[in-house]
Amino acid sequence: MDLIGLLAIQGAQMLLVLLLAPLLTGFVRKVKARLLRRRGPPLLQPYRDLLRLTRKEVVLADNASWLFRVAPYLIFAATWVAAALVPTFATGLMFSWSADLIAIIALLGSARFFLALAGMDVGTSFGGIGSSREVMIASLAEPAMIMIVFSLALLAGSTQLSTVAAYMLSSNVGVRVTLALALVALIMVAIAENARIPIDNPATHLELTMIHEAMVLEYSGRHLAVLELAAALKLLLYVSLIACVFVPLGLAPVGAGAAAHLVGLLVYLAKLAVAGFLLALFETAVAKMRVFRVPDFLGAALMLGLLGTLLLFVSRGGLR
Amino acid sequence: MTVIGQTPVELLLGCTAVLFGLSMLSITVGRRLATPLVYGGCLLVCLAGLAIALGHLLGATGGDSTAILPLGLPWVGARFRLDALASVFLVVVNLGAAAASLYAIGYGRHEPEPRRVLPFYPAFLAAMNLVILADDAFSFLVAWEVMSLSSWALVMAHHREADNRRAGYIYLVMASFGALCLLLAFGLLAGPGGGYSFDAMRAQASPPVLSALVLSLVVLGAGSKAGLVPLHVWLPLAHPAAPSHVSALMSGVMTKVAVYAFVRIVFDLLGPPSPWWSLLILTLGGVTTVLGILYALMQTDLKRMLAYSTVENVGIIFIGLGLGLAFKAQHMSWAAALAVTAALFHVFNHSLFKSLLFFGAGAVQGATGERDMERLGGLIGRMPQTALAFLVGCVAISALPPLNGFASEWLAFQAILLSPQLQAPALKIMVPAVGALLALAAALTAAAFVRTYGIAFLGRPRSATAETARETDRWSLAAMFLLATLCLLAGVLPGLVIDALAPAVGGLVGAHMPNQMAQPWLSIVPVAQSRSSYNGLLVLVFITASASLAAFAIHRLASRAVRRAPAWDGGYPEMSPATQYTAGSFAQPIRRVFASIVFRARDEVTMPPPGDLAPARFRLELHDPVWETLYAPIAGAVGYVADRLNHLQFLTIRVYLSLVFLALVGLLLVLAVWI
Repeated sequence: MDLIGLLAIQGAQMLLVLLLAPLLTGFVRKVKARLLRRRGPPLLQPYRDLLRLTRKEVVLADNASWLFRVAPYLIFAATWVAAALVPTFATGLMFSWSADLIAIIALLGSARFFLALAGMDVGTSFGGIGSSREVMIASLAEPAMIMIVFSLALLAGSTQLSTVAAYMLSSNVGVRVTLALALVALIMVAIAENARIPIDNPATHLELTMIHEAMVLEYSGRHLAVLELAAALKLLLYVSLIACVFVPLGLAPVGAGAAAHLVGLLVYLAKLAVAGFLLALFETAVAKMRVFRVPDFLGAALMLGLLGTLLLFVSRGGLR
Repeated sequence: MTVIGQTPVELLLGCTAVLFGLSMLSITVGRRLATPLVYGGCLLVCLAGLAIALGHLLGATGGDSTAILPLGLPWVGARFRLDALASVFLVVVNLGAAAASLYAIGYGRHEPEPRRVLPFYPAFLAAMNLVILADDAFSFLVAWEVMSLSSWALVMAHHREADNRRAGYIYLVMASFGALCLLLAFGLLAGPGGGYSFDAMRAQASPPVLSALVLSLVVLGAGSKAGLVPLHVWLPLAHPAAPSHVSALMSGVMTKVAVYAFVRIVFDLLGPPSPWWSLLILTLGGVTTVLGILYALMQTDLKRMLAYSTVENVGIIFIGLGLGLAFKAQHMSWAAALAVTAALFHVFNHSLFKSLLFFGAGAVQGATGERDMERLGGLIGRMPQTALAFLVGCVAISALPPLNGFASEWLAFQAILLSPQLQAPALKIMVPAVGALLALAAALTAAAFVRTYGIAFLGRPRSATAETARETDRWSLAAMFLLATLCLLAGVLPGLVIDALAPAVGGLVGAHMPNQMAQPWLSIVPVAQSRSSYNGLLVLVFITASASLAAFAIHRLASRAVRRAPAWDGGYPEMSPATQYTAGSFAQPIRRVFASIVFRARDEVTMPPPGDLAPARFRLELHDPVWETLYAPIAGAVGYVADRLNHLQFLTIRVYLSLVFLALVGLLLVLAVWI
């Protein structure tokens, strides 16, 4: 395929994740409400919230620094770039070689770094509580994620996400213990990273139990809108990641025609719907855990990831 | 390359001679003139040294440059050699030294007793240069000792504080121990023939037992200088005690000289490695990384926290070197090249960002007189430029793209991913565990630097001095921004650095990474592009573009109104800065998760009963596992023996004579049995 085609796919992907992210969040909220026999907000409510927030003025704390004002854009940019590099409906992403899976994790790490700093900028106790808990969670979730990446990379022979997806599409994968362990660990990490129940409650109104919401407590107006969009993008990113690695069905391969891309898009939407439904179901079924139970949860994810990698190291002669 | 008829190594020796001259000069010149003269002179000399080393490294002259001076042992002479490995480390040393000298032109003016710093500073720089240039054991050890002693003198510059005296004492003990180990290692390498030149050692093959012994001695000798756990105890005491530009040099540069000593002896002089060597190095590296950063998370002293983070980074470097040894032992030289490149790249990176962070800490100390994070806060508004430079350092050291720390850690992860091909079963289990430790350390580093930056620079001022802090001087700022720019450049163009390292890596393991500048779009690839690639430049461009796009779109199409108001804080704002999170409370969740096992951390809260007006008390108890299990017993044993032997001082002449007689008989008996 020529350069323009590749650029078009990459551009479409960037726009697609940006446009779909609030929809996924709205869908999860809706399903959760229906499961609780409430009517719930309309599907498009997140878009309306974002629009309303961008039109409002920013109320800035007196001692907020330039970092506080710059951070939302940095966080959004890092998350968006990361999300644009995860294949959603086609594998032939033009810039996928510019950042592999490790770099994508690290980009999300950058976003978190600045979010935690922004939480501490105004010097309120709630901001501090959020940041301090967030880095504790990250200190376990990130190594777990790296271990999952190791498992996948050792199987596929590459840390490039496009290559991993292509390998998982190919017929010689079979059922592997490592993959099962990696899937479970990845889901656990995804739940923690996106501040979902049982780690954090995205809908909470009680500051003492907040983690993510406590860090953004001082934000308002367009800054808050950008941060909300970044959070929605992150959720979409993790869903796309799980989908493209473990359910690569329907991904349009490199050089496929328009029909294949259309099929890929429809299948991707279906995957998002299924994932959103499962997430809502899970969140409705379990209760939030105490903050100091979280290390056990994530420690388990880390151990699963490590176990998966160890199995590969011991059982195989390695990469070729 | 010859300039004015001299070889590069002669020019570099000339530089060190000028440095020693500056050292002498500083004693004779008047007080006011001495500070700018010494630091300005050091800056120029180090820039010259940097240019020569860089020229030799990039010039691809191929040949090493050697010189023999009629000093030292009569039958060896003092030999010096400049090869690719030496030039890499000379670039690191002279770049760090030049930045520190630039910084000190401004910072040194605050020095209360400049005579305690100025004579030793150039000597310290010269000695580090000489260690790297040395080509025989004798000159190496002499230079090593000059380096240790001059840095000890700099640690003792503020000797009136009891903590500094203790730090100096422990440093001196550990430095002597390390030098003794290296002395013995060189003795074994030289063999009975006494071939003290490095050429002779290279030519001589040691039996496996001897090699193992040499390796252990080098780990003890170079590892104690570099700060490998459990030999690190002096480092977090001594590095912060020195003036900040010297702290930057000790942490950012001197530890790298120790890494050089390790690389030179183990990779170059000791002959082909056995697989188990890497097991030892990987274990030490993994433990060092995680313990170092956990220690750092428990500190509230800004400079001590940075010193512990140095311990962590030394661990990362040794993980890279350990992997390199493992691959080299299996003759997978292309993989060894990747691992060693990751280690050397991290050597370079760490020298950049750690110097930058120590400069920032020095600027904060100069502006507020405080090193305790609990008494800082809000400096981003009062020292905006220092805050920006320090932020770049924090992001770089936390291994976040697109800065340089990420590039070298990414290479290390890629090297780990090559290791299933290693045959030794122990390594198959060890390497994934080390990978997990490395990932854990990376995440904890980000936590540690969020904490440091958030407490010291963000929030509201926690003391009057932090409230009235002023921006630091221009020289210091220039040095910080120079290093920050280099951090960014090395992060977005890592290919340049990797290619520059290639000759040194090729000399060590017999292969080097693929030529990076030949890759499309300036990407870096560890083995081949199909496997993995990373492009810092594109990532930077993408992030900048999408952030500006978002900001532009929102400002243009929606609202750009801003109103200042008191902080919201959930509706109950509390104005006292004491209600903010502190360094201690920020680390509490991590302390609870990790440190309750490692440091046996205990939080104790005593609440007064209702109605009682006494304040609530919080007490934190931490135990240093290394000090308590290793050093305290040794110190106790030494004290016990000294006490027992004390009464030997008060005997009569009769008893002394019989003791001498008995000792003589004993020695003769030993001799009789031996021969």
